[in-house]
Amino acid sequence: MSAQQTKLPYDETFQCVQCGYCLPACPTYQVLEKESASPRGRIALVKAAAEGKIDLLQHLAGPIDQCLGCRACEVACPSGVRYGMIFEGAKQTIQTAKRSRGRETPLVKALRRLVFEGLFPYPGRLKALGGLIWLYQKSGLRKVAHAIGITKKLPFHMGEFEAALPDVPSPFAYLARQRLVKAKGAGVTSGLSDETAKAKVAFFAGCVMDSVFYETNRKSIELLAAAGCDVVVPQTQTCCGALHAHAGELEQAKELAKRNIEAFEATGADWYVNNAGGCGAMLIEYDHLLADEPEWAERATQFVQKSRDINVILAQLGPLPFRKELPYRITYQDSCHLRNVQKVESEPRELLRSIPGTEYVELPGADGCCGSAGIYSLVQYETSMKVLDEKMKSVEATQATLVVTSNPGCLLQMRMGIQRANLQDWMQAVHIVDLLHEACGLG
Amino acid sequence: MKPEIIQELIAITDRDRVLDTLDERCTYAYDASFGTYLPDVVVFPKTAQEVAAILKLANREKIPVTPRGGGTSLSGGPLPVAGGIALVMTRMNRLLEIDRDNLIAIVEPGVITADLHKRVEEIGLFYPPDPSSSNVSTIGGNLAENAGGPHGLKYGVTKHYVIGLEVVTPQGDIIRTGGMTVKNVTGYDLTPLIIGSEGTLGVITKAILRLIPKPPARKALLAVFDDLIDSGRAISGVLTNGILPAKMEMMDNASIRAVENYKPCGMPIDADAIILLEVDGHPAAVEAEIEQAARICRMYRAREVRVAKDETEREQLWLARKLVSPAITRVKPTKISEDATVPRSKIPEMFQRLREIREKYKIHLVVFGHAGDGNLHPNIIADARDKEEMRRVEEAVGEIFRAAVELGGTLSGEHGIGTMKAPYMEMELGPVCLDLMRRIKQAWDPNNILNPYKIFPQPGQTRVVLTE
Ligand SMILES: Cc1cc2nc3c(=O)[nH]c(=O)nc-3n(C[C@H](O)[C@H](O)[C@H](O)COP(=O)(O)OP(=O)(O)OC[C@H]3O[C@@H](n4cnc5c(N)ncnc54)[C@H](O)[C@@H]3O)c2cc1C
Ligand code: SF4
Ligand code: SF4
Repeated sequence: MSAQQTKLPYDETFQCVQCGYCLPACPTYQVLEKESASPRGRIALVKAAAEGKIDLLQHLAGPIDQCLGCRACEVACPSGVRYGMIFEGAKQTIQTAKRSRGRETPLVKALRRLVFEGLFPYPGRLKALGGLIWLYQKSGLRKVAHAIGITKKLPFHMGEFEAALPDVPSPFAYLARQRLVKAKGAGVTSGLSDETAKAKVAFFAGCVMDSVFYETNRKSIELLAAAGCDVVVPQTQTCCGALHAHAGELEQAKELAKRNIEAFEATGADWYVNNAGGCGAMLIEYDHLLADEPEWAERATQFVQKSRDINVILAQLGPLPFRKELPYRITYQDSCHLRNVQKVESEPRELLRSIPGTEYVELPGADGCCGSAGIYSLVQYETSMKVLDEKMKSVEATQATLVVTSNPGCLLQMRMGIQRANLQDWMQAVHIVDLLHEACGLG
Repeated sequence: MKPEIIQELIAITDRDRVLDTLDERCTYAYDASFGTYLPDVVVFPKTAQEVAAILKLANREKIPVTPRGGGTSLSGGPLPVAGGIALVMTRMNRLLEIDRDNLIAIVEPGVITADLHKRVEEIGLFYPPDPSSSNVSTIGGNLAENAGGPHGLKYGVTKHYVIGLEVVTPQGDIIRTGGMTVKNVTGYDLTPLIIGSEGTLGVITKAILRLIPKPPARKALLAVFDDLIDSGRAISGVLTNGILPAKMEMMDNASIRAVENYKPCGMPIDADAIILLEVDGHPAAVEAEIEQAARICRMYRAREVRVAKDETEREQLWLARKLVSPAITRVKPTKISEDATVPRSKIPEMFQRLREIREKYKIHLVVFGHAGDGNLHPNIIADARDKEEMRRVEEAVGEIFRAAVELGGTLSGEHGIGTMKAPYMEMELGPVCLDLMRRIKQAWDPNNILNPYKIFPQPGQTRVVLTE
């Protein structure tokens, strides 16, 4: 047995009584129809690997890589198995082994370098990338590329992803952003940061959100202000580290966490608000991430206690000042990390139901993953699309004209799904913030 | 396994439905009980013809075949003890027909039990067998184990709802038993022989199931007892006074405490036992019966009786019972779930015997279960990593079975024999009856390829071994 194998979360696997209750909840089990693509199977494999019965890379890596990390299984499990821990522990052990045995596929290797070493630790670079995409979109190059069909020939299905991207901001937009936005509206006196503000919040901009979904961030800040918050955007904040943690790069994730804790502590805000389900799930697990670093554990716990998803804050401080009637039939796809990890389920639905003029229909199986899951849709393209196509069947059946999500990955995925199912003529996908912003007539 | 055999299996099915890598095989090496046994190959048939071809091949080459559904067995039924082929039925999962006029459903074996429940209830019908694993278990697995559930008391178990089968024999022939009519007395009745045969006599490829109209109303109560033995008497009391509840379940003090520690449901943690009881049927009858049941419970010294006012309260009452299994695994991770069953009148005595066993072996033993039909679930909570404790558990398990049999009961009320209870078979049946069963198996499966090592003890095997 290799030394790495002993690092697997072995004890945790004993909590599993193999009852199978988690199987119907697992999206990969549903589409692949085999036990190795189920939570129970993956846990059994982690156990077998820890016992040295199977090889980390040859046998464990495949089934673990197929996992979306959506953690629907954790919610379904009656025995309280902490699948998230088992999954991340396995990812990290596999990653270390891959590195030491030089066994990464070229795509994964390239992506890893780009993502973990080149891009995400440096928000500036990500914005620069956003800038490039902006240039590409604005210069007319996009039209040309589409016309001659280049995007279809891009490797790794990038073409499909490209089509789902929103228009990104010009690089100059960041310069214009204010660091502090004051609360709007009638004065509610409170002893808080400002005489008229209901709360002071620090906004977590996220890296993908802040480059590719810059507009959504801008609107989030405006919405928070409209709901009565003073909003600060800590300048030294960085990526949440979720992609790193889920890919087994725990050390880097810890570094990023520390930088964020420092940045947000300095604001003195009441709440730390984020608008991306996946990032939020990472932020509220900083206490687990840093649990064995004494000098950080307490600070991380404080950080977690103050972190909130934007839906929660808006629902809590609302009602929002709606000004427009919107003619949509709306349905909502949960972000797995928002629902299964952060347990935010009712707030976005309440907010959507409160928008004047719209009709809300619940999406059957909204709690099931859409197959996006970080870079999963890139590295496990086939499975991701199978999960998505299943999902689109129920989305189409709702006859909604608008699919709302609360996480950038899910949003891109739903846009791709709409195109794949050929529904773009009457159906669109938006982030919940964009929709609320529109309904509040904030322009 | 020889590459030619794998090739043949692929030729019968297709490349996607034959798995032979170590990782895939590892995930079909377990069920919800104990022990792991690696199959050599995993195959997912889609039609009876494919199953027949696979069994012909296996019979020719003398390769063991172990059928498998959802893998929720608690007795080791789907474990591929002798290696060979794991025949996984989960992709044969079409609900072929629901015939409202004749009150029957025709299903493939891989249909998930809860899916069938949902589909028939949508049209006002009812398929009563309801194992607690219904969200995961398959109809094929239910039939093979003759599964029961809380509804067993009033409505009977799986075998009472099967009128016809399509079965592939170990030699690869497709046969039909029973038929589409509720009455059928032609020849030997092979249907009930297959039901409960735990995949040792044939592979079920289709089932014709009997449905009943859905009862229009239901009502539940919770009765609290200061003495476990009293609760046992109350259970008999309710039944002898002419009430047949749809469900009647009990939980002892250890189960109540475990649930309240895990997720508080407002149950009295100082009670020695509680009974949960539900009646169903015509609304007027339901009203009258629940009141009478409450009276009877008080007569048998229930210190408190709560009748649920509406559906929400009813669900609230049942929540505690649903949480028992998960709650007790928080105490220690390994759960040995037994289902020894005694005649109803012997329930108080069985409680007494279980108490003695708990003291004698110093084990963590909790008791809950379908008390209405005498089917108790003594659950031992242990830690598989503690070898010394597990040996005490092995002794205790043997003694629980002995107690049940001595009181005129049985080793298994619903989970089947599998590998876990095979060593005790002779204790209940005696050598002659066991030998007759062996000869039946021999007649069906001369080469002993279908699910070997199940039900029948191996020579010299007299106790369960839980330590690997
Ligand atoms: C949490 C939990 C609660 C449970 N509650 C109950 C309960 O209330 N009542 C109850 O009775 N049981 C209960 N069980 C036990 C188990 O769920 C049942 O025995 C169930 O019927 C098994 O179905 P399965 O599809 O999982 O079959 P498996 O476990 O896969 O197999 C069970 C047996 O059936 C055979 N088999 C499977 N499919 C076929 C087929 N098509 N043809 C021939 N043989 C086949 C297998 O070889 C094996 O011997 C519970 C289990 C768990 C884990
Ligand atoms: S995290 Fe999601 S995909 Fe992974 S095992 Fe759990 S339910 Fe399945
Ligand atoms: S539901 Fe929980 S205990 Fe049951 S098999 Fe899944 S992870 Fe294991």
